Amino acid sequence: MEVISNTHKHYLKSLRRHRFIVRICRCLILVLFLGLWEFAAMTGMIDSFIFSSPRKIALCFWSMVEDKSIFLHIGVTLYETLISFALVIIFSILAATILWFFPKLSEILEPYLVVLNSLPKSALAPLLIVWLGANTTTIIVAGMSVAVFGSILNLYTSFQRISKEKIKLIYTLGGNRGHAMTKVILPASVPSIISSMKVNIGLCLVGVIIGEFIGARQGLGYLIIYSSQVFKLDWLIMSIIILCIIAMVLYQLISILEKWCKKKF
Amino acid sequence: MEPLLELKHVSYSYHTPEGETAALKNITFSVAPGEFTAIVGPSGCGKSTLLSVIAGLIPAESGDIFFNGRPLKESSTNIGYMLQQDQLFEWRNIYHNVLLGLEIQHMLTAKTKQYAKDLLKTYGLEQFENSRPSELSGGMRQRAALIRTLILEPELLLLDEPFSALDYQTRLSVGDDIGQIIRREKRTAILVTHDLSEAVSLADRVIVLTKRPAIIRQTIPVFFDLDNDTPLNRRNAPEFKYYFNQIWKELNDDGSD
Repeated sequence: MEVISNTHKHYLKSLRRHRFIVRICRCLILVLFLGLWEFAAMTGMIDSFIFSSPRKIALCFWSMVEDKSIFLHIGVTLYETLISFALVIIFSILAATILWFFPKLSEILEPYLVVLNSLPKSALAPLLIVWLGANTTTIIVAGMSVAVFGSILNLYTSFQRISKEKIKLIYTLGGNRGHAMTKVILPASVPSIISSMKVNIGLCLVGVIIGEFIGARQGLGYLIIYSSQVFKLDWLIMSIIILCIIAMVLYQLISILEKWCKKKF
Repeated sequence: MEPLLELKHVSYSYHTPEGETAALKNITFSVAPGEFTAIVGPSGCGKSTLLSVIAGLIPAESGDIFFNGRPLKESSTNIGYMLQQDQLFEWRNIYHNVLLGLEIQHMLTAKTKQYAKDLLKTYGLEQFENSRPSELSGGMRQRAALIRTLILEPELLLLDEPFSALDYQTRLSVGDDIGQIIRREKRTAILVTHDLSEAVSLADRVIVLTKRPAIIRQTIPVFFDLDNDTPLNRRNAPEFKYYFNQIWKELNDDGSD
């Protein structure tokens, strides 16, 4: 059995203590914030009609769980986000691949992609409603529009950054551009694709919420906009909290995928 | 004996919006089967460009290249190319890195897979076939890169400063190792290097190029009368200094460093 020196034991102990303190402090901040919020609402320091309170939000959530309506709204938003996210990833990999195969085309399209990427995408949502109608497809397209152009540009840039010598190796082994793409560019770009996914999942959620604000009858975005119009602030704040949790869970799922890919690539 | 490779008045220039840079000018030489030729010259003179032209990766602007008596039109699998760095892919283990050329050539069969395993065993990498490249030393990585090239059984092997990324001690031992492998496998090879000792210790003939645009300044035959003619033994032979000084003189007469 390996013998651990006292100094190393001390180092490990201080490391564990440091991690414990960080975790406890994170939890304490949340508990303190919720406690102060509830206390301020109960004592009338803040108007609970405007600012709601943790207890009221919890009760509101529970009532929506009981009538099952919350699952419908969460399900719709999740479905639209995941579909738009999957389409963004597929479409951006395909587009970046085509641009890599045809450098002249990429040179021609570059200014258009830059302009489309810089465009505030929320401005497109009303136009999409007019063009495509107030339906799920429009919301998925709205979700895609926020992420897709940046994703194409990022992936294409990462394709271009792959070592020229690695590509030369493929040619020296008698390969062609297709082999360079499948044997080098795509496998070497897996970390870039994953980091692009991490950004895109959040962006798709933003796009879907924008779409639901103006063209939906279901979903968390609809719940937010409806509750603000009828002054049901419990619903509104609860929806925002659920959105935070969804964003965090989706990000963590991609982090797990990233860890798996790091072992493979 | 008919040469395996023949270059006749080969020239090549790089073109940029700023202008034209002549890299190779009127290069003429031939390589016999089984011969080990080294090409030396000042940094940036066009040595690697010459290898790329021979490999068919870039077309010669003028002149002719004949391989086995036939014009060389495009990259041929009969020509193996070893790059300055091993370029092993981290997402593949050593065995699958070695198989890369076979996969590209659609030559993956039970027989070729077994040949890959045999080569890994012969060159001491058997126990590392499931390892990732980062788990291997620089020398082992270069050996794996050589196996990846040799597995396609190229008639001509092009070595583009293959030891330049290694530290000096590893460089000597890997140079000795790979030199012996090439001799044992009776391969024809062209080595491009800026290291004169490496050229003398490995080659049967050293071609000295001038600074850019590269033209052939001198061709120096190298012969060592040794019972066991290995790169490391050559370095200890009395003739070694003579050949080294001769090449050094040719390079310095060129006015380069």
